[in-house]
Amino acid sequence: MKINSPLQAYEHLPKTNCGDCGEPTCMAFASHLIDRSRNVGDCPPLTGVEFKDNYDTLTDLLAPEIREVTIGTGDHAITIGGDDVLYRHKLTFFNKTAFAYEVCDTMDEDELVSQVNKIQNFSKFYIGDFLTLDAVAVRCLSGDADQFANAVRTVMETTDLPLILCSLDATVLDAALEVASSRRPLIYAATTDNWREVAGLVLTYHVPVVLSAPGDLDTLKSLALTFASIGIRDLVLDPGTSPTEGLRDSFENFLKIRRAGIEGQTDIAYPLMAVPMTAWAELDGVSAAYWESVLVSIFTIRYGDIMIMHSTEPYSLLPELHIRDTVYTDPRKPVMVDSGVFEIGSPSRNSPVFITTNFALTYYTVESDISSNDIDCHLCVVDTDGIGVEAAVAGGQLTAGKIKEAFDSAGFDVREKTDHGTVILPGLAARLQGDVEDATGLDVMIGPPDSGRIPQWLESKWEK
Amino acid sequence: MTTTITIADLNKWLEDVLELKGVKIEGDFEIELVDTGAGVDSGVAQAVGYEAIQIAARLTDLAGALGYDVGSIGSAFAPLASPVSPVSSAIPQELIPATFEVGTVSEWKHGIEEVVLGATSSDGGTRKKTVTLGGENALPFYFDSPMPNPNHVSIDVFDMPIGMARAVRTNYEDVLEDPAEWAKKVVSKFGADMVTIHLISTDPSIADTPAREAAKVVEDVLQAVDVPIIIGGSGNPDKDPEVLEKAAEAAEGERCLIASANLNMDYQRIAAAAKKYGHAILSWTQLEINAQKELNRKLMKQCGIERKDIVMDPTTAALGYGLDYAYSNIERIRIAGLIGDAELNFPMSSGTTNAWGARESWMAASPIKDDSDWGPREYRGPIWEITTGLALALAGVDLFMMMHPTSVQVLKAVTDMLRGAGAGEGGGEGEGSTNGGGAAKIPDWVGMAIE
Ligand code: SF4
Repeated sequence: MKINSPLQAYEHLPKTNCGDCGEPTCMAFASHLIDRSRNVGDCPPLTGVEFKDNYDTLTDLLAPEIREVTIGTGDHAITIGGDDVLYRHKLTFFNKTAFAYEVCDTMDEDELVSQVNKIQNFSKFYIGDFLTLDAVAVRCLSGDADQFANAVRTVMETTDLPLILCSLDATVLDAALEVASSRRPLIYAATTDNWREVAGLVLTYHVPVVLSAPGDLDTLKSLALTFASIGIRDLVLDPGTSPTEGLRDSFENFLKIRRAGIEGQTDIAYPLMAVPMTAWAELDGVSAAYWESVLVSIFTIRYGDIMIMHSTEPYSLLPELHIRDTVYTDPRKPVMVDSGVFEIGSPSRNSPVFITTNFALTYYTVESDISSNDIDCHLCVVDTDGIGVEAAVAGGQLTAGKIKEAFDSAGFDVREKTDHGTVILPGLAARLQGDVEDATGLDVMIGPPDSGRIPQWLESKWEK
Repeated sequence: MTTTITIADLNKWLEDVLELKGVKIEGDFEIELVDTGAGVDSGVAQAVGYEAIQIAARLTDLAGALGYDVGSIGSAFAPLASPVSPVSSAIPQELIPATFEVGTVSEWKHGIEEVVLGATSSDGGTRKKTVTLGGENALPFYFDSPMPNPNHVSIDVFDMPIGMARAVRTNYEDVLEDPAEWAKKVVSKFGADMVTIHLISTDPSIADTPAREAAKVVEDVLQAVDVPIIIGGSGNPDKDPEVLEKAAEAAEGERCLIASANLNMDYQRIAAAAKKYGHAILSWTQLEINAQKELNRKLMKQCGIERKDIVMDPTTAALGYGLDYAYSNIERIRIAGLIGDAELNFPMSSGTTNAWGARESWMAASPIKDDSDWGPREYRGPIWEITTGLALALAGVDLFMMMHPTSVQVLKAVTDMLRGAGAGEGGGEGEGSTNGGGAAKIPDWVGMAIE
């Protein structure tokens, strides 16, 4: 963004405080423009003819440093790029890294369909939502344009996920684009050898394109400048991903390009592609899959906006999805939830009373483990300054006194509200059992160390 | 009758026409671009321009196909030779030359303190090796400044058998009852740079082992291995000061890392013991940068701990269980140190073993009904520990406390690779001045066959 204070954005707003945007004042709206939680289009008066200049000026001033590029169409379209900072704590990162998994045109049809289904169907539950994969990269191994186009057609018939079409032969890409251009695939790649032909394809089919210059930032910039000069700006840059020996160089190239982009070098301020599947060129089996995940972590943290992987084993996908969520979670979201005693489902006088902390992640994990298994209970959320159970026991933020205080200030008398007069401590807080018994006079049971085991625990231990 | 078609439609139509063999077109046709009054902005004009170029090119091709001499018309749109690129007239013949340049970060002027752990005979100890942490002048692995010391791994050893994930336990089954043997195994078999002896049996709610007895275990471990060690308590804030004091005394002169001092306990007593017996101290806070500043300040000002004797543990939360907080907290601390916060520029340690608390690392299957299959857990655990550690390595952690041998091996391999061989001798800086590199080591993955 070219501006960084709400006042600078306020200058260009209608300044009527009409409230149509849902904010009390234009100034409040301006501060949300700066923290990027609202868009210019959210101010209805600004979209009118009389404010057209203001609208355009603001849009330009607020445009993110790194250009946004959209791949695919409709509900499954993904947007990458759009960052304004180098460190997530400075604001947040926008548009999570797009994860594409590869298939190739030498797979037989059944194999192809089943792999694409695996990619589009994988989902991992995580605090109230599902983490999923984003795209399918189709690679041309056959060297044959028709065979590649046929594979692309099969993939399109199987999924609506966005596609990356991979071949360095413009004729092959052309054949695939005939089939797939309406889906706005990303094409890989324009190089120093084929860039004129690929630029021609981009002008014809209006699709985003990857520029590839392995280990050569001058050439990468040169490609980007050249494409921009003919109006092609939906670009993704691939400086090359070296899996082992050249990893340091590749890492450095990502740092350099992104630093330049955030510092205002617009010539090179495009989304970046990493290719962790290069791990499979040097390793195989579990070692390759592990190393691929290692590369995913490195380049998700340091500036990869889209990447292509091979392994769809759960032990690859789970850490990959979670590291991406780690990096792209908005650090401005609260660490803590409200403390108190809450009903989950419709608890009766015989239902259990569980204790947990007010660390948001702990709370949401426990809450979803309980409610997704249709368990009725009371959940006592103790104010531990937003620290998880194990660390809070060690650090003294979860104590018998704190637990008693949580029940007292919620006005929840366990003996009065239940027939059993029992509370259940998290397994990781077992050492507090005696103290809690003394402080509250209640029966104290020790629950499982992981709330995922609550259903089994209730079956074997809860007889009230 | 008038039919309105867009330029793009016309272009598309012509494209189809081109594919017809022996097509006959009769009469003239004319293209008129009408300004609709809405104003044609430069973007639209540009787009129209491309479409027009394509149309012209296609008409030319079409005319040629129909047998007209297009030489004279063609020259206006030359070159049209490439069948793939009938629009190539818009595309320059040569790439626009460019040089990429980017600077280093000027405000990273203040180095991270260097802390040496372990004392050899020349320093009054009995260690054969020492470990040096910190000393950075940039974020980890950045080209701005070479990273003087590699990352190090200390493997956890406990003074009694404890519950652990099956994937971890299978590696230690034979040594669970004997901390000295356990320590030997992690050094000789699993490549640990250091050993952490956790005196957890001292916890009153576990076995309430007396401090004096626990100190003997520390002596045994020091006998068994020649690497520097970390001495950890049970985490019980009431008992730990006494336990760590006795242990520090038993290990006098060996320059151990005493783990740890925390604001919620008698940190002064622990600090005093570390100082008296010549050890470094681990300053542990919980995901809070200001608390970390406060504790470091108190250790220095109130307890007289020297700067070269402080390592920080700002808390490690596992991947999926708060790693986002841990990551940003550590990255903020490191950047604050680099730009000159003298209460935060110390090396950092991570309890990476916490990754094994994540259910994904040890549970046989997902407890959530709608989840996709999680697959075999023996592969999930180590990569969970690796990913947790690696993220924090990138944020600024120097020392990792870990458990699974595979995780240790992979984390060391990747951090060494990122640091670059010979970086300490200035190799990293040299590479920083080139524009890219490593091209030869980038595999051609597009056409690569995978078994
Ligand atoms: S809608 Fe626009 S003009 Fe009205 S208060 Fe919001 S920002 Fe101001």
